[in-house]
Amino acid sequence: MKKTHNQKAWFMVLPVLILVAFSAIIPLMTVVNYSVQDTFGNNEFFWVGLEWFEEILHSERMHDALIRQTIFTSIILAIEIPLGIYVALHMPKNKGFWSSLCLVLVALPLLIPWNVVGTIWQVFGRIDIGLLGHTLDQLGITYNYTQDSTAAWFTIIIMDVWHWTSLVVLLCYAGLQSIPDAYYQAAKIDQASRWDVFRHIELPKMKGVLLIAILLRFMDSFMIYTEPFVVTGGGPGNATTFLSIDLVKMAIGQFDLGPAAAFSLIYFLGILLVSWVFYTIMVNSDKEDAQ
Amino acid sequence: MRSNKSAFVMTLYILFLMLPIYWLINMSLKTNQEILSSFSLWPTHLTFDNYKVIFTDASWYNGYLNSITYVVMNTLISLAVALPAAYAFSRYTFMGDKHLFFWLLTNRMAPPAVFALPFFQLYSSVGLFDTHIAVALAHTLFNVPLAVWILEGFMRGVPKEIDETAYIDGYGFFAFFRKIFMPLIASGIGVAAFFCFMFSWVELLLSRTLTSVDAKSIAATMTRTASASGLDWGVLAAAGVLTIVPGALVIYFVRNHIAKGFALGRV
Repeated sequence: MKKTHNQKAWFMVLPVLILVAFSAIIPLMTVVNYSVQDTFGNNEFFWVGLEWFEEILHSERMHDALIRQTIFTSIILAIEIPLGIYVALHMPKNKGFWSSLCLVLVALPLLIPWNVVGTIWQVFGRIDIGLLGHTLDQLGITYNYTQDSTAAWFTIIIMDVWHWTSLVVLLCYAGLQSIPDAYYQAAKIDQASRWDVFRHIELPKMKGVLLIAILLRFMDSFMIYTEPFVVTGGGPGNATTFLSIDLVKMAIGQFDLGPAAAFSLIYFLGILLVSWVFYTIMVNSDKEDAQ
Repeated sequence: MRSNKSAFVMTLYILFLMLPIYWLINMSLKTNQEILSSFSLWPTHLTFDNYKVIFTDASWYNGYLNSITYVVMNTLISLAVALPAAYAFSRYTFMGDKHLFFWLLTNRMAPPAVFALPFFQLYSSVGLFDTHIAVALAHTLFNVPLAVWILEGFMRGVPKEIDETAYIDGYGFFAFFRKIFMPLIASGIGVAAFFCFMFSWVELLLSRTLTSVDAKSIAATMTRTASASGLDWGVLAAAGVLTIVPGALVIYFVRNHIAKGFALGRV
């Protein structure tokens, strides 16, 4: 659509701007402020320059958390995206009772408060009272997510897959819905195989929504806090301490404001950078489609 | 053949999704003694006592009321500011519009953990700590950008000729917006409201940081009770089940738009 050039449109954006300035810029400035200062209490601060940034960038603790975070995000993306596409291809296509029911049930995990998701899996994985833990235990598999870090990782990953695969499913489903029947009929006439249909019709049509799915899943899994916090509290040891958990420990637990603030800024900029790359790809592919 | 396989895959996936939820419901209908002493796939002594506790104890049901209050406030605020902004983004170009749009989105990317402490200080200093409006405003951080994004996607789909025809017919801007434009993007508004509701409802970190007594959310109530009294599994499970109910109701109402909504109107 051709847009009109109109500077007065700024007035319509102004309320958003004021609101977001209040809830984003002011707090962010506080963080910047802390990140360059140190304190001995009593609200007396003095300038330390970039010391905290250097300290954080060289600290083992941050590196370890970052590595854990990256591994976690890669694993869940590698599971959730293919699984989501696969399930979406099998969603009932025609509108009716069954497809509505499927939609509601599939979407349900997304609407559960994150701490309840944590609670559900905390209980579900327990050996004494949880179905999963009890079953595994009966099968003779040693499974204890509070002691054993492999089990803790397993629990957190399967929890995330349970919680978020539906988002990918719904996105891909929306993409598939927009394919006209004629495409499939043409493919049938050409005697295209199931794989060809997927590769040349369905996948290109899903490209846009898949990018959104990857962007959202990357951002959200990189910020994950509540669910692992409830299930393992970052443990055993530091095995499941991801970036956000580490940050909250540092800022609110130990009240190390300077390092925590420096940590925050590096963290935020990192997410921003990757998201910006995705966003640019997305906007460009939008433009290509429009042409 | 193919439809059989599809049904099988869907059944398997839905089973995987429902099992943990079933287990929570199962637990909420048992007494604590039964939960801890025996292992059973369904409650042998069906009891609704856990739910009774929640509906009679003020500290529990106030948690729900507080949560719903700030969630509704947040949804209204987000939509009110996002509607004109999304209209501007979808219809006009202006200085810095693309940068502004991306900058708005970056707020959706900000880890709440980064903002927890500054928010606490900001709202304490203006005397809003432990009020519903504080949480509602804090949640606009990620809900406003999202609402703008979704609404802009839906508004792009409405041809601009409609605007022009309305002006020729003598509608003023506000009359046009209310009487013609808003009904056209009603489903988009519904979807945006759904997402604001959803993200505000599921969030824990900020709502827990910004409240202590008067506006304590149900999510915070659950975590604190779990750590204080330790092991009241039955009540905890019942509280969990009740937090799923509003979400399920909301999904049911928007089920026909939900798929498109998750794609943020960009299919």
